[in-house]
Amino acid sequence: MSKQPDQKGYFGQFGGKFVPETLIAALNELETAYNHSKRDPKFKKQLQFYLKEFAGRPTPLYYAEQLSKHLGLKVYLKREDLLHSGAHKINNTLGQVLLALQMNKRRIIAETGAGQHGVATAVAAARFGLECEVYMGEEDMHRQALNVFRMKLLGAKVNCVTSGSKTLKDATNEAIRDWVSNVRTTHYILGSVVGPHPYPVMVRDFQAVIGKEARSQILQKEKRLPDYLMACVGGGSNAIGLFHEFFNDKKVKIFGIEAAGHGLSSGQHAASLSKGTVGILHGNKSYLLQDNDGQIKIAHSVSAGLDYPGVGPEHSYYKKIKRAEYVAITDQEALQGLKNLSRIEGIIPALESAHAIAYLYKAAKKIKKKSIVVVCLSGRGDKDMEMVSKLKVL
Amino acid sequence: MNRIAVKNNHLQQIQKKAFVVYITAGFPNIKTTEQLIPVLEKNGVDFIELGMPFSDPIADGPTIQKSSYTALQKGMNLEKFFKLVCSIRKKSNIPLIMMTYYNPIYNYGIKRFAKIAHQSGLDGVIVPDLPIEEASELNQCLKQFDIANIFLVSPVTPKKRIRKIAALSSGFIYYVSLTGVTGVRDKLPSDLVQNIKKIKSVTKKPVFVGFGVSKPKQIKNIDRAASGVIVGSAIIKSIATHYGTKNFLKKIGKFVASLSIVTK
Repeated sequence: MSKQPDQKGYFGQFGGKFVPETLIAALNELETAYNHSKRDPKFKKQLQFYLKEFAGRPTPLYYAEQLSKHLGLKVYLKREDLLHSGAHKINNTLGQVLLALQMNKRRIIAETGAGQHGVATAVAAARFGLECEVYMGEEDMHRQALNVFRMKLLGAKVNCVTSGSKTLKDATNEAIRDWVSNVRTTHYILGSVVGPHPYPVMVRDFQAVIGKEARSQILQKEKRLPDYLMACVGGGSNAIGLFHEFFNDKKVKIFGIEAAGHGLSSGQHAASLSKGTVGILHGNKSYLLQDNDGQIKIAHSVSAGLDYPGVGPEHSYYKKIKRAEYVAITDQEALQGLKNLSRIEGIIPALESAHAIAYLYKAAKKIKKKSIVVVCLSGRGDKDMEMVSKLKVL
Repeated sequence: MNRIAVKNNHLQQIQKKAFVVYITAGFPNIKTTEQLIPVLEKNGVDFIELGMPFSDPIADGPTIQKSSYTALQKGMNLEKFFKLVCSIRKKSNIPLIMMTYYNPIYNYGIKRFAKIAHQSGLDGVIVPDLPIEEASELNQCLKQFDIANIFLVSPVTPKKRIRKIAALSSGFIYYVSLTGVTGVRDKLPSDLVQNIKKIKSVTKKPVFVGFGVSKPKQIKNIDRAASGVIVGSAIIKSIATHYGTKNFLKKIGKFVASLSIVTK
């Protein structure tokens, strides 16, 4: 078993580089720049500096005492929600902005669903004085209006995408079209472990800091590895960021939690691993939601960050080799999870992360008491408050 | 011999540049697509590129995105596409080239795709999101059934890579005139002719130029160096504008003729 993709960017049968010819040169350039930088002590030092001083790493691995008592487990929360800009996304955007500078590309574009990646991109672009344009689906602009304002305040231009489902999938289409058109001057900061090679492996490497910290923190606190890892999966960047470092720790059981939307049998969900089939979308081969004709289906989730019909190829690989188990949580369960964590620990999670919390509650009934569970709290819930307040949660 | 090769040989003999028109299959509906074929053929079109729509066409601009969406809403899929090709074939020998994205083909089954495409009378396939590195399976299956696999070259493709693409491409080489998606442009890049010559310097295969082309003047300029030109979005726009009006087919024919005359 390998943790690294092959030369063509495949994790097992998943991954690859399915893009228009115009992008091949840019992807090759990016791959070369990335392979060089990841071995370059100066680059590493620079990235570490900004992760620490600007973004606020390392994040705590917080022992959730109240929650632990309540569930009869030992629950640790990896507090990515405490990072600057409110989610794990900044781990990746800082890395990619530094790469863009090295490649001498002064214009940055990004797609965003929940707006967290868009904000994290706008933050990094502002810090380094780069021009920034973010593509966001019209529906997401409504449900994450606060993040739209944040991006604009940070100097980014937010382009409203009105095609197709008006969510993350179509925002990604538009970002790719922009990149094809402006490939000579522009770097595309993809926000998850999706897209064509080298994005899935590069974004994973930038997010792997989550698992690296969590692993050494848990060894320090508990003198042993956890029994379970749990993280929500849309494209899957926070999840793979946590899982990667534990890949070879075979005793650590891994759960990825997808969005079941209105229910897995409702046809309205975003559970590509639980209910999808293998196909090609946005540059890679992976599980995805498609109809019998190979047309991509529209996903649904209350959480804009999980509302995507595809998933990172490395997750498909984890599923195939059974290194991780993928389960799904409905909109209703996630909202309950959000409420539960807020009440019991005084932490308001993002709707995305609330899926992992909700699954923790479910799993607590089945797993051995006193088990150590690390849950990735990928983001904070501030961005969701306006929408959640309309859903009669209280 | 494949109809594309036959046509290319013929055009070479009479020293005429190829005129290729793209239309989206099933836009505005299947019946109209079928009616359009003889109109195009009568008005100087040498090859027809038939778009098999995909839900997420990342290489296409707004015009073809819209026509694809309409065709999908009306239920277009590969099965209906092949039926359409069969019925066109009963009346016409014009080379038919499918333009689609990889997922519908992958989902259908690559071998099955090549076999049914051959049985229906399809002559070539263009898949804009399938670069040469990922194409070996489709390429082999198409070869087995004597269907051309047409690859694209872009303005930023390095010369070494152009050689590889040219070696693999059959039928012709599709040169994308600009860095961008499909759609009408007022101006095409100034390095266009120079880039076509660069491709010609590494291959003897015909080079056709598409993306952004809509005006007689642009066609004239391209034909100084290329073997043919492809017009898509401009035709789709014309179809969208005139569909449902009196003498619809005549109007399309007239518009097409105004472009094809330049390639004579």
